[in-house]
Amino acid sequence: MAENAPVIEVRTSPHVRQTPTVDQIMRNVVYALLPVAAYAVYQFGISAFALILVTVLACVGTEQLFCRLSSKRTTVGDFSAVITGMLLALTLPPGFPLWMAAVAGFVGIALAKVMFGGIGLNVFNPALVGRAFVQAAFPVAITTWTPPFAQGRFTEFIPSTWTFPFALPVSVSDWVKETSLAIQQASPGVDAFTGATPLALSKLGNGEVAHFVTDSMDLFMGTTAGSAGETSALLILLCGAYLAVRHMMDWRIPAAVILGTYVTAEILHLVDPSAYPPPMFMVLAGGLMLGAVFMASDMVASPVTPVGVWVYGILIGLLTVIIRLFGSLSEGVMYAILFGNAASPLISAVTQPRVYGTSRKKKKV
Amino acid sequence: MGLMQLIGLGKATFSHGIHPPEYKASTGVKKIRRLPFAPEMIIPLSQHFGKPSVPIVHEGQEVVRGEPLAKADGFMSVPLHAPATGIIKKIGLMPTARGPKAQAIVLKLHSGASQDALYGHLQDIDNMSPEQIVKAVQDTGMVGLGGASFPTHVKMTVPEGQKVDTVMVNGCECEPYLTTDHRVMLEYSMDLFAGIRIAMKAVGAERAVIGIEDNKPDAIEGLREACPKDGTVTVGVMKTKYPQGAEKMMIKALLGREVPSGGFPAAVGVSVYNVATLAQLGALLPHSRGLIERVVTIAGPGIEKPGNYLVALGTPLRFVLEQLGFEGDSRKLILGGPMMGVSVASLDVPVTKGVSGILVLTEEEKAAQMPKQVWPCIKCARCVQACPIHLNPSELGMLAAKRQYELMEERFHLNDCFECGCCTYVCPSAIPLVQYFRIAKAINRENKAREAA
Repeated sequence: MAENAPVIEVRTSPHVRQTPTVDQIMRNVVYALLPVAAYAVYQFGISAFALILVTVLACVGTEQLFCRLSSKRTTVGDFSAVITGMLLALTLPPGFPLWMAAVAGFVGIALAKVMFGGIGLNVFNPALVGRAFVQAAFPVAITTWTPPFAQGRFTEFIPSTWTFPFALPVSVSDWVKETSLAIQQASPGVDAFTGATPLALSKLGNGEVAHFVTDSMDLFMGTTAGSAGETSALLILLCGAYLAVRHMMDWRIPAAVILGTYVTAEILHLVDPSAYPPPMFMVLAGGLMLGAVFMASDMVASPVTPVGVWVYGILIGLLTVIIRLFGSLSEGVMYAILFGNAASPLISAVTQPRVYGTSRKKKKV
Repeated sequence: MGLMQLIGLGKATFSHGIHPPEYKASTGVKKIRRLPFAPEMIIPLSQHFGKPSVPIVHEGQEVVRGEPLAKADGFMSVPLHAPATGIIKKIGLMPTARGPKAQAIVLKLHSGASQDALYGHLQDIDNMSPEQIVKAVQDTGMVGLGGASFPTHVKMTVPEGQKVDTVMVNGCECEPYLTTDHRVMLEYSMDLFAGIRIAMKAVGAERAVIGIEDNKPDAIEGLREACPKDGTVTVGVMKTKYPQGAEKMMIKALLGREVPSGGFPAAVGVSVYNVATLAQLGALLPHSRGLIERVVTIAGPGIEKPGNYLVALGTPLRFVLEQLGFEGDSRKLILGGPMMGVSVASLDVPVTKGVSGILVLTEEEKAAQMPKQVWPCIKCARCVQACPIHLNPSELGMLAAKRQYELMEERFHLNDCFECGCCTYVCPSAIPLVQYFRIAKAINRENKAREAA
């Protein structure tokens, strides 16, 4: 052999691969969430900022803790816990007590992710499990909304934010009244703010009082009350488009969710326009956009088959409308997605693609 | 004929697949050149799919270039011919690309010999029956030169009860780096058409379609002009996509037919051949000569003089690389294309009938392709959207990790996977899916053999 005999490496084909890797995809999802988070801070002030910070730290810290406890290599580097933290904060009311947010982050990661074996193995979206937990545990706090664009939002916290752990949250009704008054004085054209979300307002109707249906444009641009990051449909769609263009999110899932919601709402609206709000309102209001674009499309908890993603998305849309209109809650996206997550292995199993050269009909192999 | 017009107009393709970078610019424009003869050639007895050839020469025997060295062992085998004039040095175990050593004939060249191929006689193909053509094709030792090395005469034998109406000529060359088929289509078009006529006659087809990807416009133009005016041979333009050149994909793209799972193209009336195979056949068969050389793309960042070279079969890689300049720190040698080729560990491996390319990748190249770590499957479905056979590699991969190999075969069509590598190429978790599937298939085969025994 020649003296400069090279060390030749042997590997199996294929010998070329295409980036991106898992951590690059996850990092891009974080990039896509940043504008949504920034808008939440702009809209709701430092309380929203603190909320995002706390949930992200809680999620990353929990994951790190469990990696340490199980003597595994840390997996926080893949950024998926950061996504969970950001998504969780964006689905919570902006004045949500921080300690409760930390509990939500811990439960989401510990119960929905680590227990199942970490990234790739979770059945449910961890952020939504965290939120579902605090929804059940703190029903008042999670439905306490505050108006957007409060005057002093960059200098003072919403009173409930700094609630002492295990103490009752400070009532924000006085603060909300004050703030609303201030906003109205500053710009008299703006509607009287009550802090209630458009969905909650539409639900007040009960058949006798006329529904308060918020203008679609306000919902689209995001000038209403709501969870920290769910208010601007436009912004969420733009950020989702960034991911879809980079093939880091399956655009068919949000499309299917929106389609499912729209069609279901349209049918009900046609049956009785006075009882059910118009479909466009259903699509734009509440957490539907955020849920459709960033949570239903969670790769791990959604089906992999081409037909399956449509079934899954439409199912989520349908359930959202049903829960919103017939359930006791004003919002239904969270439970709809969790239900979709639970159904997704089944959906995958029954929608396996037809393999080349085979027939769908069962023949003896 | 509506279908023929359709073939002529649109760019045919299959669904799914991937678009890897082509890397064809450095070799696609260069004319084929002949590589010198190596002082010593290694001719493995098993260069094809099927039974190894049986030597008919003995150590110390002098042979003339083109003379048969080994005969076919039954129908599923082909003979071997001397790539050069010389003396048989030994017949014994030599390194192979697959790993373990295998029987090979070592030929030492006569330095003064003219190296003219004198062997063979003229034969009149027009007056031969299909059976006679098939026999004559077997005598040339021809196998599929696209890489599969399947004996060509076996493909030309249409099974009882089936009828082939179309000969499909594969000029897709969808693997990155490789440009041998491209150059052969440009430089040996007359031989190619002669080969197409032979194939059509052997299988009794009335028409032939040459499928070419649209990244080779010069080949498309050139062959279109050279097509016979009676319309029996046409050129089908195909979208540049991997694996467009897989025969099942081609048949679907150009004819809209699907080869049944587990079956052969003849089941849907098609017989597929690589352009290089037919061009060689068109040149060899009229003179009843044997296959002794082939065109090989030698490329990659580790090669100083990349290009397409006519290489005598049996030339050791070391000789090839020394002739063309080879960077000392190159770290990876691949025979074939980067998607389906095999990496070799020894420079003493010879060029055989199925080697369409020799790629030399360097340290940086390797580092760029090497995944830093393997993550669990995040069910992103990229593999599902890439698989040309419409399998569910994500599910298959998870089952493989749980060693549920039988379930993979029974419910998820494991055996329809032809290991094109698309799923592994797109996997963000860097899971070696294709390797999992190879292992699963091998274990299933072993288990079946054990049960049968």
